[in-house]
Amino acid sequence: MGLLGENILGTGFSFDIDIARGGGAFVCEESTALVASLEGKMGEPRDKQHLHTVESGLWEKPTNLNNVETWANVPIIINNGAEWYSKIGTEGSKGTKIFSLVGKVKNTGLVEVPMGISLREIVYDIGGGTPDGTKIKAIQTGGPSGGCIPSSMLDIPVDFDELTKVGSMMGSGGMIVMDEKTCMVDVARYFVKFLKDESCGKCLPCREGLRRMDEILTDIIEGNGSEEQIELLHELALVMKDASLCGLGKTAPNSVLSTLQYFRDEYEAHVVDKKCPAGVCTDLITYSINADACTGCGACKRNCPYEAIEGERRKPHVIILDLCQKCGSCMDVCKFNAVVIS
Amino acid sequence: MNSRTEVKTIPVEIDGFQMKVDKGSTILESAHNCGIHIPTMCYLEGLSPYGGCRICSVEVSTDGGKTFRVSASCTYEIHRPLIVKTDTPKIRRIRKMLAELLVASAPNVKLAQDIAARFGINKVRFKMDDNRCILCGLCVRMCHEQMGGKALAFAGRGPEKRVSAPFAIRSEICLNCGGCDSICPGKIIPCQGIKMPGELCGKCIRSDDMPFCCPTGTFGCFCENNPLEIVSQPS
Repeated sequence: MGLLGENILGTGFSFDIDIARGGGAFVCEESTALVASLEGKMGEPRDKQHLHTVESGLWEKPTNLNNVETWANVPIIINNGAEWYSKIGTEGSKGTKIFSLVGKVKNTGLVEVPMGISLREIVYDIGGGTPDGTKIKAIQTGGPSGGCIPSSMLDIPVDFDELTKVGSMMGSGGMIVMDEKTCMVDVARYFVKFLKDESCGKCLPCREGLRRMDEILTDIIEGNGSEEQIELLHELALVMKDASLCGLGKTAPNSVLSTLQYFRDEYEAHVVDKKCPAGVCTDLITYSINADACTGCGACKRNCPYEAIEGERRKPHVIILDLCQKCGSCMDVCKFNAVVIS
Repeated sequence: MNSRTEVKTIPVEIDGFQMKVDKGSTILESAHNCGIHIPTMCYLEGLSPYGGCRICSVEVSTDGGKTFRVSASCTYEIHRPLIVKTDTPKIRRIRKMLAELLVASAPNVKLAQDIAARFGINKVRFKMDDNRCILCGLCVRMCHEQMGGKALAFAGRGPEKRVSAPFAIRSEICLNCGGCDSICPGKIIPCQGIKMPGELCGKCIRSDDMPFCCPTGTFGCFCENNPLEIVSQPS
């Protein structure tokens, strides 16, 4: 088509695009790690306090780093003017943002909304609320480096500063809707595990910190946690936030810090009562059949992959706890809601 | 041609002391030059700074003291006026936690014990491992920068990070200089256990007893029990 290369369409302007494929490492989204990776070196960030990428970046030349979403806004701003664009959004966050709305919500997918819209409007007006009408417990924004915002804060406007103020972040626009059946400790461990594997491993606080956070959270989830470990987790998180070399390590504790801030009671329940209030952590829950609701249809017994259910036809069935692996198949097939988690 | 070299100096305040430092020198170098001690682990004068351990972290202000941010002092090059604080409660908390993480990972490495002792750690709240490599990277930098070799480098990411050779086989370009081995802070014989008050086991101060081999077998060049396959021995 002649839209790239030398002397484009005879205008005398030359421009070309090279596409470089990365290995898919999360840490290579950090600017200095990205540059290192493009230069063929190990995708590790480096301290860069005095020299920004716009002064010295790829091959030590001035480099501009932007997301595809940012670039997509540029022609619209050029064509319609900065003033028009500035009318959309908030004081600190202009224009629109694309969110990936997923989780316990009727309408999932990519949504483009003006900055300043409330979380409530996104989740209920666009998302349609939860599929089965259950209560929303929290919204997780910003991907693995983000935090969990409790449902009591659904009216906050979506804005870079507002999200950071409450302990989360905008990040890449991830938005996960969580209901009462989500265990917040489990959520924290999920993100910590991911970041632990994606950490480049160069700096001590991130490499060792994430490994120990995973250890402590696993202990808590398996029912071996203590009050002291919750304190240690908090202390470790604060040090990682300050001492880590790059953004990955600095934001890695966000999931832990935000869940500790807003859902401390869940951590306490795991550690003191050895219970998982959301009914998720398998070591802390037991499945049982409510004899009053059970009709003896045998559906659960037939579907149990571990043959852990006993019972005669038309008589209440019983789960053998020693064999039960808490897979939840019985609960899924029971039409009478007779399977309960405690 | 004007052959006069202009060395620009920058006014910097470290722990209340005003000084003029060479443009481009690091906070760590400037502090050491004035006798202000900042603890380090992965830093060695003569090798390039790595910024991996973060123990040399200090609080830095570039806006005249209004806001401070935590940065590693070994890699922070000074190009404009700064105010630096090396010993605030926040820095102490950071150093203590880093020391605790370090000694939990490598309790038998004397450098880790020394750092923990200096920061007053007498209890480790994490499960103890027994790593002999503290991933300080001194061996890699020694090989690349001082010996002109390229036989070692870091491999792996995150918890899998380790010092290795290409394909875990000792490279034929290894010069057998022993530089990596001599610089490794982890190679001192581990602590022999609890002693009577005042008694030294003597292992850590007597260097003639130490075998000329690295404790992890990372390099595998000199000792019989090395896990790295030796491809070819230089004659």
